Amino acid sequence: MVSHPYIPNAEPHIKRAMLESIDAASIAELYADIPDELRLQEPLALPQPLPAESDLQQLLSRLLHKNRTTATHLSFLGGGCYDHYVPAVCDEINARGEFLTAYAGKTYTDHGKWQALFEFTSMMGELLEMDVVNIPTYDGYQAAATALRMAGRITQRPLVLAPDSIAPGMRAKFQDYCPPDVQLRWIPYDRATGCWDASALAQQLNQDVAAIFIENPSHLGVLEENVAAIIEMAHAHGALAVVYVNPITLGVLAPPASFGADIVCGDIQPLGIAMQYGGGHGGFIATHDDPRFVMEYPSRLYGIAPTSQPGEFGFGEVAFERTSFAHRENAREFTGTAANLWAITAGVYLALMGPQGMQELGETLVARAAYAMRRLNELPGVKAPHFRAAHFHEFVVNFTDTHLTVAEINRQLREQGIFGGYDLSKAFPRLGQAALYCITEQHTKADIDHLVHALGHILAPSFSSPSSEKTL
Amino acid sequence: MKDAASAPSRLRRHFHQARWEEPIIFQLSQPGQRGILPPQPEPELLAEVGPPQTLIPQKLRRQHAPALPELAQPQVLRHYLRLSQETLGADLIVDAGQGTCTMKYSPRINERWARSPQFAALHPLQAEEDVQGILEILYRFEQILKAISGMDRFSLQPQAGSAAIYTNASMVRAYHAQRGESHRNEIITTLFSHPSDAAAAVAAGFRAIILYPDPDTGYPSVQALKAALSERTAALFITNPEDTGIFNPHIAEFTRLVHQAGGLCVYDQANANGILGITRAREMGFDLCHFNLHKTFSSPHGSGGPGAGAVGATAELAPFLPAPLVDFDGQRYFWDNDRPQSIGKVAMWYGNVGVILRAFAWAMSLGAEGMREVAEIATLNNNYLLKRVLQAPGVEAPFSPGHRRIEQVRYSWQQLAQETGVHTQDLGRRAGDFGVQYWLSHHPWYVPEPVTLEPTESYTRAELDEYADILAQVAQEAYQDPAFVRQAPHRSPIHRIDPSVLDDPALWALTWRAYLKKKDKWPGSDSSSTP
Repeated sequence: MVSHPYIPNAEPHIKRAMLESIDAASIAELYADIPDELRLQEPLALPQPLPAESDLQQLLSRLLHKNRTTATHLSFLGGGCYDHYVPAVCDEINARGEFLTAYAGKTYTDHGKWQALFEFTSMMGELLEMDVVNIPTYDGYQAAATALRMAGRITQRPLVLAPDSIAPGMRAKFQDYCPPDVQLRWIPYDRATGCWDASALAQQLNQDVAAIFIENPSHLGVLEENVAAIIEMAHAHGALAVVYVNPITLGVLAPPASFGADIVCGDIQPLGIAMQYGGGHGGFIATHDDPRFVMEYPSRLYGIAPTSQPGEFGFGEVAFERTSFAHRENAREFTGTAANLWAITAGVYLALMGPQGMQELGETLVARAAYAMRRLNELPGVKAPHFRAAHFHEFVVNFTDTHLTVAEINRQLREQGIFGGYDLSKAFPRLGQAALYCITEQHTKADIDHLVHALGHILAPSFSSPSSEKTL
Repeated sequence: MKDAASAPSRLRRHFHQARWEEPIIFQLSQPGQRGILPPQPEPELLAEVGPPQTLIPQKLRRQHAPALPELAQPQVLRHYLRLSQETLGADLIVDAGQGTCTMKYSPRINERWARSPQFAALHPLQAEEDVQGILEILYRFEQILKAISGMDRFSLQPQAGSAAIYTNASMVRAYHAQRGESHRNEIITTLFSHPSDAAAAVAAGFRAIILYPDPDTGYPSVQALKAALSERTAALFITNPEDTGIFNPHIAEFTRLVHQAGGLCVYDQANANGILGITRAREMGFDLCHFNLHKTFSSPHGSGGPGAGAVGATAELAPFLPAPLVDFDGQRYFWDNDRPQSIGKVAMWYGNVGVILRAFAWAMSLGAEGMREVAEIATLNNNYLLKRVLQAPGVEAPFSPGHRRIEQVRYSWQQLAQETGVHTQDLGRRAGDFGVQYWLSHHPWYVPEPVTLEPTESYTRAELDEYADILAQVAQEAYQDPAFVRQAPHRSPIHRIDPSVLDDPALWALTWRAYLKKKDKWPGSDSSSTP
């Protein structure tokens, strides 16, 4: 048998020499502790292997070229995963073998990794105006679920109030993850604005409420204009405010902490990380520098430390005793491998963007989204945005009055190479035939016009273009 | 062949890690510098919608720009390349020193496709018709995992090993609830299983019962398990081999007893690398299992993620798996969301698909024979390293004397510590001076002065010799010049830190902005850096 390139000591002479050097007659002898009845007698039923790299290349190429991607198609999908531009430097850094293949190295052997991650938390801290940021967990949903459990432990109260406008997947995550620390109560959002319903909140707030959960912008794209007042209501009842924010908005939107948010969480995928079919996420959690809060994080927390050399810094784990690595079953939730490569990448992104870049990007996003809403709203039977509220870069488009389903509209758009907005009709039947559209900086005005033109043809085949409509 | 087998070990006596003296990125900031320019809205578009700021409600507008650093693009690249050089990734080193982590080679062909636009530019909400390629890969990889484990279905959704453990705990909870047995609130695990086996069980609302190892064998006895079982037993969460590398030969008896008591058996296969194609979860009697794809299946560890924890279930437990699962009707691949007994979602979408894609490619390169070869060589390498390491002074491999180990060993430097006053942490810092990692062990340190080594299948005999020679060198130094070892590292990117600031709320600084507020309170603050 030819030895596989990934297994150097599979070469028969080497294998024999190594067996001899440990006084073993055979490989089987090494497995003597595994009882015979547990030993597989036959080879695994696996497909024929492709040990020649060029053969493997062909398989992967053939399979992956079956996909149609946002690199070649115009996509308006968002809803938690965003097709923002990924700077080339971000890809360069996260492809570096040193970062790509490092793991659990500590303060001295992996100093660069620790510094890159500390710089990530530090730049997030500036964006969020909060002094404590975790090394991210798996994704935004996990961060939010943990933030709610933290609130339960901090307040020693049993209940969280959350609007029923959150994504069904996030709701499922909360239901699976939160109950050991907090129960969830779903509050109907304001049907006209899509925002928190302050009067419903007022009825539900009491001394059992550990926290209220606010998304800004919400899953349905609206900006919570009265966020300060809502947080004040929560605080008046001794409840905490947990705010879920998209960090890409924070070049132009005020950080949740400025409205009194106690725990801020969200997802870092928009910050320079490719979508990867939903595999490019990381969940951040931020708080003020209050030990009552810090000690409830389950996450790794990195701190900066002086060295014996004046002016030099190193890094280490802060309050390690909180974690399951230190105290197993007596810890806060659990800690493990999560999303560090993406955290490093998000740090690179923020360093490239700087304050000016984040502001300009935010302005481009709101401007282009506003333009898209305006154009779409001109189409017959189309309402954009559905909600009477301010928006950032996502918005609900209501197609109910077109008498076509979103499924049908999206099917026809796909024929023209366009991925239409996410169909909300199943998850939010109350909205009728509605779709969540997302605009990124990768959409030019011409792309938006192209979408509107294509929709115009689908909705009214005789309809030529929105601009000609306008001149009528 | 003779040359390869007897190649002299290359102890890197003059190795020094990169020391760039690289400032914190905020210290490199120059007002007005730009790293990248976002596209500007078109003038005619602006003419229609007005100034962007006016589109944001006054109350929500950011009043002052975030105090992010300002750097031009070459400076950002250079800064991060320097930091990368100050990081000992597995690509660079003989990474036998991070036991339990399975630091094997991450093939570059897999990176190529994980980074290709044909994959990276896929949105998770795209129509199934447009993602048939990646769905086929997910489906085919599930079939591969089924063959390796003997289980009936897999969810690839959990995003790491601990997430998979939590998922399993959640499924155990749902299973007993459905049977009206929610009083089963105890999960039994072992001291030498991963800390998350206990912690995630507790996070899911269970009480954790920890089985301690028998002092002779190193694994819990059947009697210890029997004593822990009761009508409250929900499940057993166990690794095998545990972090000692010793295979518990009574595992089938364990699962039989747990089932007899009404509990489920959950196999944490973090340590699967030495048993691929040798033995399976199914034959051992497990109901649930999980594999760490970033360990056993070669996906790179990413400085600590993204990972993936693939959860396998028998047909009886499969209805509880996270939804959706990928399925195939003979013509097309699709997501099956119609799973009413599912615990729901554990990840935002379908898991870390890039990690799964790499794992699939790795498995396809190896096949059945290759995978068994992986296990056998990983085990051979480990037993070889064991013999070589034990030649150093002051070290032992506790438990089951005379028995072979599977893929890793937890060693103890207790004798060396007693004789020299040098501790395992000191040895680890000094080992770093020779360009390797040295992973202590999970807490609590039931094995005193521990280190856990796992050489995997990826290293040559000469590389294993190099690692063993480093430990022998460091141990000898401990006997000859203990102070020198205690003062290590001597060749790292930085000097020794003062860790006292990390546990004191008045001093700890988790961000640069916190540091700026607290630095004047730091010990010797007059000598600390001012940007």
